[in-house]
Amino acid sequence: MNPFLYRRITTLCNCALLCSLLLKFYTVALDKIFQTCFNKSGLQNMARLLILGAGIAGQTAALHARKRLGRGHEVVVVSPNSKWNWIPSNIWVGTGYLKPEQVVFPLAPVYQKTGIIFHQAKAVSIHPEGDSGSATPFVTIEHTSESKSGQSENVYYDYLINATGPKLNFSATKGLGPDGNSLSVCTYLHAGETAKALQSLVQKMKKGEKQTLIIGTGHGNCTCQGAAFEYLFNVEHELRRQEVREKAKIIWISNEQELGDFGIGGMHISRGGYITHSKIFTESLYTERGIEWITRAHVKEVTKNEISYETIEGEEKTVQHDFAMLLPPFSGVGLKAFRKDGTEITTDLFAPNSFMKVDADYSAKAYADWRPEDWPKTYQSPLYKNIFAVGIAFAPPHAISKPMFSPNKTPIFPTPPRTGMPSGVMARQVAFNITDMMNGKAEAPKRHASMANMGAACIASAGANFFNGTAVSMTMFPIIPDFGKYPDTGRDLQYTSGEIGLAGHWIKHFLHYAFIYKAKANPLWRVVPE
Amino acid sequence: MAGCARIGENTMETRKPYEQTYYPPVPTKLTKFFRTNIFYQFFRFVVLNIKMLRMVRKH
Repeated sequence: MNPFLYRRITTLCNCALLCSLLLKFYTVALDKIFQTCFNKSGLQNMARLLILGAGIAGQTAALHARKRLGRGHEVVVVSPNSKWNWIPSNIWVGTGYLKPEQVVFPLAPVYQKTGIIFHQAKAVSIHPEGDSGSATPFVTIEHTSESKSGQSENVYYDYLINATGPKLNFSATKGLGPDGNSLSVCTYLHAGETAKALQSLVQKMKKGEKQTLIIGTGHGNCTCQGAAFEYLFNVEHELRRQEVREKAKIIWISNEQELGDFGIGGMHISRGGYITHSKIFTESLYTERGIEWITRAHVKEVTKNEISYETIEGEEKTVQHDFAMLLPPFSGVGLKAFRKDGTEITTDLFAPNSFMKVDADYSAKAYADWRPEDWPKTYQSPLYKNIFAVGIAFAPPHAISKPMFSPNKTPIFPTPPRTGMPSGVMARQVAFNITDMMNGKAEAPKRHASMANMGAACIASAGANFFNGTAVSMTMFPIIPDFGKYPDTGRDLQYTSGEIGLAGHWIKHFLHYAFIYKAKANPLWRVVPE
Repeated sequence: MAGCARIGENTMETRKPYEQTYYPPVPTKLTKFFRTNIFYQFFRFVVLNIKMLRMVRKH
């Protein structure tokens, strides 16, 4: 090599090395200066954001908040579970298409990587004014990890996000749930057990026994019909795959007034020259797949082989079963709240169903008087401005589907669903609002995330297979019908659509990996939308 | 409650007038073919993703 060229290259390499070392030194020095100025000299006090729950909403809020807050502030997550669960894929665990470990991952390494403090514990009570010893608000938690099981601790906070999700209220119906006489896919552990029960049923059918499967909702006030719908069609697909479909009688039971309600009053879409309600398409799918349906039903009791239910007409009926997967109604997790002097204020902070009251209009109204403005925008507690509730944890002002009652006054109608997409969007907006306030950029929440001004995309699996699987792909805008803006159907037909096909299955599969990737805070996680 | 007929089993036994499964529209063979046709579904995959991205942008 030309000696002159060799010297030039060596000099350039040395310069590059020196520059990178200087850059590294500069970065470290800046970090130190920042830490010194902002943490020790008191120019900006350290604040702590406490997030209760590490589901879709809790995890979204935690990751966004951590990203937007400097190291001068703390983000703390409290969750009773050591693992994060991508709940929409539990239905595939329930048929054996996925294994339970494919829908979960441990939370602690993700939080360690991102600098989030994690307590594996359940929240017991909120003390928004502190106690007699200190005016700093705190939450009392009870540890659930093996090493600290049962120990209590007070975790102090400056801002609190309640993202605890629902309590699976199996006790609302006699005999309902995995501890009773029905199965569930609400958690990955439940879904794993349900898959075993399904395979055992398949073996019986292979021996020639006819079996009756009942899938749906286990109470008159259930929500999440979409999850039960997905499980129904995945079971039907699995039975066809196992070549035992003709041995199975499959029945859907639900508190919806009509098929296709899904707790959102159904939706209209433009198709084939008509504006058509989702009832028509849903009934078509049930008929095509040979599934019977019972709607307007409040399940009252589940025994080993029989389900008793009340109809909207007030009649008491029964149906026999060999396999029942029935979703429970949801309630809040049962957090208590206390003033500084120890006075209980649980009923002030929470609605009767134990969900947290936020900036919604909770005044009792007739269906005809419901307005989109009733729904919360910032998810801020009206009592304590540093407390927020997102995802399933906030109390909706009312249902979306029209309330219906039997002659016995039994409510038989779906409560509002709060699926992954809206939960993620509201969690992100709340995290942005809080971080703005913590960083001194705002004094009050500026961003809004009302479900009345938010769309949703929903992929409901109807059979899992890369080549012959199908899924119903739905989009809607807005989630809460607005009959002022869209007088005919309550929703914008440009953005409200539905179709079934293999493409939906591909999308659902892609979303499974994309959202787990995002929740692990892997590189470029923010590119994946909520 | 209605007894259910698998679509395609066109016998008198499976025709159940006035029962729930008698009335809904059911897909033709061509419709069902396109639901799982790889090429058509790839096109729908692109279309659906665009629809969903439009929805995300509205937030």
